[in-house]
This record gives sequence, C-alpha cells and structure tokens, in this order.
Amino acid sequence: MTRILAAAATEARIALRNRWVAIAVAMMAVFSMVLSATGSAPTGALGADRLSVTVASLTSLAVYLVPLVALLMAFDAVAGEVERGTLPLVLTYPVSRSELILGKFLAHLAILALAVTVGYGIAAAAALWTDPRAQAGLPALLRLGWTSLLLGATFLGVGYALSALARRPGAAAGLAIGLWLVLVVLYDLGLLAAVVADGGGWFTTQVFPWLLLANPADAFRLYNLAASEATAAAAGIGGAANTIPAAWALASVALWPVLGLLLAILAFRRVTP
Amino acid sequence: MTTLTISHLTKRFDGVSALDDVTFDVAAGERVALLGHNGAGKSTLMKVVLGLIPATSGSVALMGAAPGSRTARSLAAYLPENVAFHSALTGLEQIRYYLQLRGEPASQAMTLLEMVGLGHAARRRIGTYSKGMRQRVGLAQALIGRPRLMVLDEPTSGLDPVSRRDFYAILDELAGAGAAILLSSHALTEVEARTDRIVILSQGRLRANDTLANLRRKAALPIRLQVTARPDTADSVAGALAGSRRNGVTVDLLCGHDEKLARLGQIAGMKGMIEDVEVLPPSLEDLYSHYSRSDAR
Repeated sequence: MTRILAAAATEARIALRNRWVAIAVAMMAVFSMVLSATGSAPTGALGADRLSVTVASLTSLAVYLVPLVALLMAFDAVAGEVERGTLPLVLTYPVSRSELILGKFLAHLAILALAVTVGYGIAAAAALWTDPRAQAGLPALLRLGWTSLLLGATFLGVGYALSALARRPGAAAGLAIGLWLVLVVLYDLGLLAAVVADGGGWFTTQVFPWLLLANPADAFRLYNLAASEATAAAAGIGGAANTIPAAWALASVALWPVLGLLLAILAFRRVTP
Repeated sequence: MTTLTISHLTKRFDGVSALDDVTFDVAAGERVALLGHNGAGKSTLMKVVLGLIPATSGSVALMGAAPGSRTARSLAAYLPENVAFHSALTGLEQIRYYLQLRGEPASQAMTLLEMVGLGHAARRRIGTYSKGMRQRVGLAQALIGRPRLMVLDEPTSGLDPVSRRDFYAILDELAGAGAAILLSSHALTEVEARTDRIVILSQGRLRANDTLANLRRKAALPIRLQVTARPDTADSVAGALAGSRRNGVTVDLLCGHDEKLARLGQIAGMKGMIEDVEVLPPSLEDLYSHYSRSDAR
C-alpha cells in the first residue's frame, strides 16, 4: 500500500507540473459555466427545478468530456515511460506492475475528482443562486458526480491498456482519440442508424438494450437519466432509458472500471522493457 | 560465497542468439568487469540477471532467488545505460520515491544525494541537470538499501575524471561491505585498476573470465619494443633489428617474453645509432582484442 501511495504521490506531482491538473479543472469549469449560462431559459413549463435541468445538460456534457479528460491523462502512462526510458529501472524495484498502475490510477482519479467537483460545483452554485427550488436537484447532482468518477475510472483503465499496447506516446494518443470517437460518438450514431433501419423489430427490442449497456458511456447516460425521471424528459432519450432497468445500467457503470483496470494490468504485464 | 550464479545462460531474440551458453559467477565483495563490443550481449545479460527479460534457457540465481522475484529485486540494484528520469521531478523527489519503493525511509534522500555530490542541486528539476548529474542521480538510487548485488551498465559514462574517482571509491566501500558488483565499461584503463576479475563477451559468448594477471599470462601476447633511432639511421636500425619503421625515427619490434633480454642486449650494442628505447607490455586493449576476436576459440 505504501508503494501504491508513493507512486500516486509522484504521479500527482508530475501531473501538477505538466499542468494536467490545471487543464482538467479548467476544461470542466469552462464547460460547466457555458452550460449554466446557456441553460438559463425558462424551465417552469417542464415543472423541473433549475438544478435538475442543469444535471441533465451536465450528463450530456460529462459523457463527452469525462472520458476525454481521462484518456488524455492515461495515454502517456506506460508509453511515456517506455519512450523516456524510465521503465526498466523502476521495474527492477521490488514493486509489482499492478502496484505501479494502481498508483497512477489513484493520482489520475483524484485529479478527475477535483475537476468534476469544481465543474459541477460551479453549475450547482449557479442554479442554487437563481432558483430557490434547486435544492431538489442535489441528489441527482451527487449521483452524477460519483458516476462521472466511475466513468472516468473506466477510461483511465482502458487508456492505460492502450498505452501499454501502443508502447509509443504518439500511437497511444491516436488509439485513445480513436477509442473516444468510437465509444462516445460513433457507437451511438451506429446504434441509431440500426434502430431506424430495423423499424422496431427484433434488433430494437432484443439486442439494442444490451448494446447500450455494454458501452460504459451509454450505460452512464442511461443510469443518470433513468434515475431522475424529471431530467429524462428534458434530455429526450427517455424512451430508450425506460426499457432498461436503472439497476442494470448501474451494474454496467460499476463493473466497467474493474474491467478497465484488469485490462490495464494484463496489457502492462506484457510490456518487456 | 557466491551472490550471483549464471549457468549455461542462453538468450535468443527471434532466433538470433544474443547470449550463448554463458556461465560465470560473482562472489560477495567481488568487483567483476564485463567487457565487450557494442552488441556483444552485455546489456542483455544484465537485463536477464535483473529479471527484466526472460532467459531462453539456462539459469540465473541471485542468492538462490530467481531473477525478477520480489526477493531478487529487493537484493539487487541497477544502474541502466543512459539512465533516465522524469524531467519534471527534482532529484530529491525522485530519490525519495525510489526509497519509498524499496521500503526505506524517504528522509535518507538528501544523504544519498550528498554522497554523490548532488546536495546543491537536490531541489532543482532533473530536466535542468547535465548528463553527468543524471548519472549521479542514477548512482544515488543504486545505493539505496545496501544492495547485495549491484548491476551497473556503463556507470562512468558522462562522468568527469574526479567524479569517476569518487564513484569507484564508493564502489570499493560497498564491495568492502560485501556487495557483489557487476559492471560494464568501455574505459579499459579504469577497469584495470578498479576490478578484481574480467569477463569478456563477444557475440554473446563468454571469451574470458579471469583476473587480469592470469589473462595476460594465458594470452602470451608479444612485448613491443619501441626504438627511437638517431636522425638518418632509422633505416639501418630497422634493417639490423629486422623491425618495422613507423616514422622517420621510430622502429617497432615485437618479441616474446623470453626473448626480451636478448633483444634489449642487441639494441644496447647499437648504442651510437640509438637515442632511446621503450618496453611496452601488452596493453589491456591488446588483451581485449585478443580475447574478443570471434575466432579466439
């Protein structure tokens, strides 16, 4: 445990010096502020409070931004050490590869937590300032907070695995951006096209829900929207959310970080310095 | 007591042999120099010993432990060739981290850095260090926790002569305390004075493994007599001694150990034509090329 913490402290220090901490926090803060400012349209018609509506917008934002920030921090984790030539030395120390990966993971997750807290905090403060009923949305915001961390943890793990497989930072960055595009953008487009083509048949009823659950980003969105029905209406994909129990979506969200870390450790074990 | 035992070690990369049936050992307190051309297999051997890459066949044991096992890793220290660190960390932070990984108190970091002469730069980022300073950070981390085996790949490259002397003084102290030291180097002269035994690798095969004195005796290389003739007599000197002229005034002669005195007598007899004579025993370079020639066996 002391080794994991030592690795985490060193990684956090490096991230601070390389300005990753500042970049992650600034990204989340800026996008949250933009959302708060643009989301100031009247909401009375929906009957929802300001914060619940903000949470719905933040959910859509988090699906894109949290995986991106996680991958940006993760892609260099193994490939960067291989490139700099720092890996062989540290691997002769009495520390296991899983301990090294867990150390990096803890540091990066802490940075992500800081960025998410600052970002969502700004959005919450803006909502509470303008709407006294906004307190009703606090549980939804909290839920969004910890599920965002689980989503980030997933992409950190998968990012490390890509980093270990690619061996070179350039290739790892390319793979990470590719993964982000596929899972966060293209996956949904593909599913949408398939559902439209299928016209409510076997694919839409039997396969589609499972495919949504299999993608950590979709499962994250499903869980947050299903868990707070008021926001589901606002987000407009309530239809899909209704067919899948929230518990299943949560199971996917919670299981993926474990899978991601396992992938990372397996891939890192295959790296010969 | 042997600290490191290597027996019949073979390592192939995609069918190409990097190490071929290498056997030798290093005892506690012994300083062994590993010599060889670039690509002779020195770094590969070290990586196998440290468990960074697996052996194809043969065995390596570090005080009975398998390379790469946690026991073996806690006993051995490594200084890689062209050691690298994260440039954003300071020397002090880097050494503190390594101390924690070895389960040693991080408070020793400053002492270690002062030992290698980096106390003044401890709080500066490694990115601002010169190559020699980075090498000394590498040495500082190799000293952590009194290792039983030190594996040092080109440890003195990038060090100035004074730092080299300090470096070998530290090594002597460690060897005196019972650490086994395996180091590779290109600087043959410093290896000559500072190690107990020499292992020569060539094309992945062990060519020699003995003390320097024994290697000299076994190789029986000719002694070089360098005769400086007076002006204009070089040709006749070369002719009379059956040597080869090197430049206007110098004639080179090679002779075996037993003919040395007879040859010197002959030269002394030509007093009028000769300015000076020098006797040059086979150098370490000669010895090294003798043993590392691929047809040496």
